[in-house]
Amino acid sequence: MTARRISGSGASLSFSFDGRPLQGRAGDTIASALLASGVRIVGRGFKYHRPRGIYGHWTEEPNALVDVTRDGRTTPNLRATTEWLTEGMIVRSVNAAPTAETDRSRYLDRFARFIPAGFYYKTFLWPDWHRFEPSIRAMAGLGRLDPDHEPPADAAPVNARCDILVVGAGPAGLAAALAASRAGRSVMLVDDRPEPGGSLLWNETEVDGVGGAEWAGAVARELRDRGQRVLPDTTAFGVFDHNLVALWERRHDQPDRQWRVRAKTVVVAAGSIERPLVFPDNDRPGVMSAEAALVYLKLHGVLVGERIVLAANNDRALAAAEPLRAAGAAVTVADLREGPVIDGVHGASGVEAVTISGRRMEADCLLVSGGFTPTVHLFCQAKGRLRYDDRIAAFVPGEPLPGMAVAGAANGAFSLQEALDQGHAAGGGNGVAPRAAASGAPLSIKPAWPRPGSKGRQWIDFQNDVTVKDVELAARENFRSVEHLKRYTTLGMATDQGKTSNMNGLAAMAAITGRTIEATGTTTYRPPFVPVPFTVIAGRRRGELFNPVRRLVLEAEHRAAGAVFREYGGWLRPAWYGPGSAFEATLREAKQARETVAIFDGSPLGKIEVMGPQATDLVDYNSYNTLSTLKPGRFRYGFMLTESGVVYDDGVTARIADDHYLVSCSSGHVPGVMARLEEWRQDRFDPAKIAIHNSTAGLATLTATGPRSRRLLEALALGVDLSDEALPHMAFADGVFDGATARIARVSFTGDRSYEITVPASKAPALFAAMVEAGRPLDAFPMGSEALLLLRAEKGFLIAGKDTDGTTMPHDLGVRGPRDRRAGEYVGKRSLFTDDAMRDDRQQLVGLSVEGETPLPTGAHAVDRIEGRRRSIGFVTSSYWSPTLGRPIALALIRRGLGRIGETIELVHLGRPLKASVTPPCALDPEGARLNA
Amino acid sequence: MQLFPCPFCGPRDETEFHFGGEAGKVRPEPAGEVSPAAWSRYLHRNANPRGATREIWVHLTCGEFFLMERDTVTHAVAASWSLRKEEP
Ligand SMILES: [Zn+2]
Repeated sequence: MTARRISGSGASLSFSFDGRPLQGRAGDTIASALLASGVRIVGRGFKYHRPRGIYGHWTEEPNALVDVTRDGRTTPNLRATTEWLTEGMIVRSVNAAPTAETDRSRYLDRFARFIPAGFYYKTFLWPDWHRFEPSIRAMAGLGRLDPDHEPPADAAPVNARCDILVVGAGPAGLAAALAASRAGRSVMLVDDRPEPGGSLLWNETEVDGVGGAEWAGAVARELRDRGQRVLPDTTAFGVFDHNLVALWERRHDQPDRQWRVRAKTVVVAAGSIERPLVFPDNDRPGVMSAEAALVYLKLHGVLVGERIVLAANNDRALAAAEPLRAAGAAVTVADLREGPVIDGVHGASGVEAVTISGRRMEADCLLVSGGFTPTVHLFCQAKGRLRYDDRIAAFVPGEPLPGMAVAGAANGAFSLQEALDQGHAAGGGNGVAPRAAASGAPLSIKPAWPRPGSKGRQWIDFQNDVTVKDVELAARENFRSVEHLKRYTTLGMATDQGKTSNMNGLAAMAAITGRTIEATGTTTYRPPFVPVPFTVIAGRRRGELFNPVRRLVLEAEHRAAGAVFREYGGWLRPAWYGPGSAFEATLREAKQARETVAIFDGSPLGKIEVMGPQATDLVDYNSYNTLSTLKPGRFRYGFMLTESGVVYDDGVTARIADDHYLVSCSSGHVPGVMARLEEWRQDRFDPAKIAIHNSTAGLATLTATGPRSRRLLEALALGVDLSDEALPHMAFADGVFDGATARIARVSFTGDRSYEITVPASKAPALFAAMVEAGRPLDAFPMGSEALLLLRAEKGFLIAGKDTDGTTMPHDLGVRGPRDRRAGEYVGKRSLFTDDAMRDDRQQLVGLSVEGETPLPTGAHAVDRIEGRRRSIGFVTSSYWSPTLGRPIALALIRRGLGRIGETIELVHLGRPLKASVTPPCALDPEGARLNA
Repeated sequence: MQLFPCPFCGPRDETEFHFGGEAGKVRPEPAGEVSPAAWSRYLHRNANPRGATREIWVHLTCGEFFLMERDTVTHAVAASWSLRKEEP
């Protein structure tokens, strides 16, 4: 327990870790507070449950994943290094029970050789693998989800544009933003830390004559004063097509939110990440990134050890020795460029000593640096190609991308002046770049890559427990491409996505396979750069707003009438009214509709107007049935086909005048029918001679259906002659309701006499009230969609997409006339004459009747026995108990069904055999007498 | 998320557009004279080129179909123009 707080102020904050009460300070991350409290073991390895300590200081951290409870709400798998400590925070280690210190699965490390890379792939090939699955599943995974916690997500994403988006407010990013701003460009500067400065915050240096951190603050102030956007606590996590950059803004008193920024130029100045060294037991708590030690010292006043060994292969990391000594630590330097080798670390639960080239040294902390990996993620997400630079032993951006510049350490520029110069140039700066007091030492790195074939267990990926031996195993089993290596060993997966491990992993594979690092290559970089909460990505698109339903003008009236609402084709509609189960209510309404008169809200039914000199040509072409022979004032029922000849929708079309049609379609198909009409209007006809208008939303349609419907209409007194001579079935007439046009149409979806009354939506409440009032002496009642579905099925009226599927053609529904006789072109015509369309064993719509009282299950398969084997010949599409007929009814698509009428067929549902006899689809009133009853 | 230039509305997010088809396809007619192979080509066969391509798209918010030249690899958009005008 040797890390300790040596300086700094800030209010004291109480928190707990694995149940232990601890103290931290305002300005601490969870990680710095744990270090200051002397906590060394913060978690357990994913596979072997070895103790793990804090390795890094920011987004790269592979080990310190924790579940955090704030205000009673738990968020799993957060990095302790990027979460700011708050008062009363409850922190728990993941993948450990009961605590990270005393984890009861720590025995697993002794079985490590039985859990090699590819363990899951091999295990799940065993014949009885499923017997092991539960116990393996119980062990997999990390943090615990809190099922009661639904995080707030009411922040809408913000869309923004700018000339230059600068990612990273370190020296290069600040220089870029400053240059661009002074050149008159609009700038957004984002950085994932709360303060600007990046590495200037922990490296002692001066820029333009003032301290680095002070200069950074001054630049941010100047940007803000010039009206530029500076977003702290904000991570650019993804680059998408055409320079769209997604940002995650963390806010303290409001929900986090997403920004989507279109930038003419993106400057990636995201810095670099220090790489671990690979040696035996390099995963022990107390082995830490050298830069991290500097960050904890300078930003948090925490000295990570008393007796520190600093082992590095580059000057940038070795420079950490001086400030650590000045803070009071004894620092022994092992400059790996001069030959020393780390033989191993002693101490099972934390560093107690280190042996370097045979010499054992007592130590409580081993700081390591294998070099720095430029943070090129955004460049690579934008499809940039990398180039390997031997001088710095790292991949750097190769050919520049249009609209993107990379500057500073992200571009392999590790000296301060170089970073400032690159940033200045990337920002399009005029004149000289900001000057650093000391240009900073060059990296002077000598590679220290993992060595295959060496002894002991040497970790490459701490988070996924991948060792050098695992990479060797993958190579032996021929998973040699880096993409295969990743998937076979899980190297570079999970929350850190290999930020510290990828380079060592591919360097190991390069060494094993005798290829260069450049030829071995990197895995594909994909968003997000860090794990981003789903709430930020979803914004307000969740719950009711995920896929908002459309609502009826009369929703309030239906609710007052006791409606139970459900969604139909994207609309929230009354399913039934009043008490009782869905089944009881549906039967009650369907039965009464055949006896008195039902009032049904059919407003969502599509109403698309087609007008103009070529309107007739368009509606004819769009429809399977000829419409040009229709007389004004009349309707015709028909289908719309796709070009593949499949029934897309059914509905009635009214001819209002010679050059004016009203095409109605299913409520869910309105956008699709609009789209096809528009396409043909523009692609086939003269668009100046046809206008298409979707009137659906502006109109409301209330239907009266049933034997007493005409009496209800008469009571409404709309000024229309309701005699069957003047207004026969499939005709319409315009009347007046409350000063507005009321179109009265005799169209029937129930098979009973029906009148549809269409009025402007604003008149709907008054019309509904008038119909209820007029219907009172007639036992009229409001009917929901469920009963209508039942009434349709009794009549064998199909619902496109329910009683048809993606192969159903009109002749499969018994409608052959246009196919056999129609001369002109129409959508889908040629497809009705292919070999497949003319097969005589196509599935056709039929009715089914069964013995007994139980309706067939919808979805049950009809089967034939072919050479003793059961084969499906179709399925039940709709099935109900008919209260009017007093028996079950069903519709089904059955192979060669129209030829089987009268036959008994076998069905199967979930293994249960059933029997039914094939009938015509229409089960009630096949003569259609009820239409005029 | 790509930006497509509607000839009428200017650059808009790709979510406002639908793909119409590859440019230059002519619907074979009359149905009675169209061979199965020709109809199948019209319905199902596309060049789907790697690189430069000419396509019909529709901007859903204004409803206009238009021609667009773009690159299927780089997603660079070269040009778009109204179907009601002569091609440039
Ligand atoms: Zn447009």
